Amino acid sequence: MTLAEAIREALVEEMRRDARVCVLGEDVAEAGTPFKVLSGLVEEFGRERVIDTPISEAGFAGIGVGAAMTGLRPVVDIMFGDFLTLTMDQMVNQAAKIHYMSGGKWKVPMVLRTTMGAARRSAAQHSQSLHAWMSHVPGLKVVLPSTPYDAKGLLKAAIRDDNPVIFFEDKMMYKLKGPVPAEEYVIPLGRADVKRAGRDVTIVATSSMVQVALGAATMLDGIGISAEVIDPRTTWPLDEKTLIASAKKTSRAIVVDEGYGRYGVTGEIASVIAEGAFYNLDAPVRRIGAMHVPIPFSPPLEDATVPSEQAVFEAARELCGKN
Amino acid sequence: MSIAAQRPTADSGVESERLLRMYRSMIAIRQFEEQANDLYLRALMPGLTHLYQGEEGVAVGVCEALRREDYITSTHRGHGHCLAKGASVDLMFAELLGKEAGYCRGKGGSMHIADPATGNLGANAIVGGSAGIATGAAFSCKLLGNGRVTVCFFGEGALGQGVLYEVMNMAQLWKLPVIYVCENNLYNEYTHFSETTAGEILGRPAAFGVRAQSVDGQDVLAVHAAAMQLVNYARQGEGPGFLLCNTYRYRGHHVGDINREYYRTKQEEQRWLSERDPIKLLGEQLVERKLADPARLDGILSEVKAEIAKGVEFAIAAPYPPVEQASQDVYA
Repeated sequence: MTLAEAIREALVEEMRRDARVCVLGEDVAEAGTPFKVLSGLVEEFGRERVIDTPISEAGFAGIGVGAAMTGLRPVVDIMFGDFLTLTMDQMVNQAAKIHYMSGGKWKVPMVLRTTMGAARRSAAQHSQSLHAWMSHVPGLKVVLPSTPYDAKGLLKAAIRDDNPVIFFEDKMMYKLKGPVPAEEYVIPLGRADVKRAGRDVTIVATSSMVQVALGAATMLDGIGISAEVIDPRTTWPLDEKTLIASAKKTSRAIVVDEGYGRYGVTGEIASVIAEGAFYNLDAPVRRIGAMHVPIPFSPPLEDATVPSEQAVFEAARELCGKN
Repeated sequence: MSIAAQRPTADSGVESERLLRMYRSMIAIRQFEEQANDLYLRALMPGLTHLYQGEEGVAVGVCEALRREDYITSTHRGHGHCLAKGASVDLMFAELLGKEAGYCRGKGGSMHIADPATGNLGANAIVGGSAGIATGAAFSCKLLGNGRVTVCFFGEGALGQGVLYEVMNMAQLWKLPVIYVCENNLYNEYTHFSETTAGEILGRPAAFGVRAQSVDGQDVLAVHAAAMQLVNYARQGEGPGFLLCNTYRYRGHHVGDINREYYRTKQEEQRWLSERDPIKLLGEQLVERKLADPARLDGILSEVKAEIAKGVEFAIAAPYPPVEQASQDVYA
């Protein structure tokens, strides 16, 4: 099953299970989104629950917040992660704070699904990975699935969660295939997954960078370095325990994320590991993120901004002292 | 200790009872605000607050048209809306003072009073910030078919926020039961609205085909009648409404805004106070129509004052939340 199909299946199952779940967004009904992730949804659930909105991201994100407070469990679709900027007041000042500001009286059980990731030749306003921004805000939860299996289980958990959850899907991964069991399952938010066990170096990777890390790990095998790949799956809540335990075991860690390195997810995770595993580390934690530039259009330029298997391989090799 | 009191359903109460209830509710808001200002001056209230004196006719006229289970969203100048929708003065004051007994356990303060029991989705300190929430609540009500309506209170300053027009567009497209109540108190903080607002205000909802009307916000009965009409339309599934209430803010933008002559004259303030005060206007009507004599009105004032004083006392005596609560309620 592809990642896109896994997401659709999670939505279908949750919408069948709970009549309060509805989908709002641009071109989500008959069009099924430009990525066709939601194809077939409107046919089953009708236009009452699968709602095409005007191109008003702030407006319908806000409607999602109010709807979530008053008895629905909306899944708001923001076509490109770049458009999160338009929803920031609704998500950061409203959704994230309402539970706290009201002394715990109101809840905002909504999911905002959006995309991330470069390499689609879409230039600077359709390619960003802005999950670090959302992870910075108390009150929000942030999910980044890296496989079809995780995407399905995590989305189901996000929909059932009583908090606002931002769900980032890498556009390049929609066609990624992976096994998804027929039986029902839910993956709790805040639990990292060891994607590959290893002894010599821990590579923490998120979203599409998990595939990059796994590729690098295979290359590292060839020079006798055994890499452990860990996917936190949610940047908040963050499974600090699993990350620290792995770093303690291997004594070296690299963090790979497609967001910008500066003030970003790699910095946060690196400091968690540095603080938690300091006395077991043989080397400083390395960080690999997107180049600190707006995403360029031209293919060779764009490709150069994204962390590559080769870069992760080189970093691990240096860290392990093998030249 | 709810000032708005558990009112009977609209048609069962006799007219005089209803008018006296509205009178009492306006007095309560006025007195509440006087005490809030006093708490600020006595340095008992942390931070600042934005007072509602002069605009009572809007909150009371509109909320009188609502049922307890209907929703409202409010603003930074929101005490009046919360009280008119049924909030208790003691829990309100406790929140203003940051006490654990407050509506939000002291975490929201003056600008964020929220109360599910009275359908109050929360006051919002982002200008226009609750437009989405109110419209979303109306979206729920329509989808769930629960017959409730939502009122979105905002000041004329929010007319400058784009999100208002985004959601008004959707409310009309989807025929949502929401009423946008614009309180034009003439000033966006310290700037006259004519300097910030092009064209006719009612032209804006009209552009979306939203049923809109303007009303004298100092005439609580006119506000109520207009609100009733829009609420009825919304409840019957005929879509959103927009009610422009022309009113006036007696005090400054916030309690610290004392010297206001650089943006408006004392004569202007005096004129509204003496000629257009909503409480005075209704009081005169009540006496004229022999629904109450001056002694009865004085009696209401003293009753309310006593109740407010008790609320203040309660709030002052109430303890602050324990520090451990700072990290609670971040997630549900």
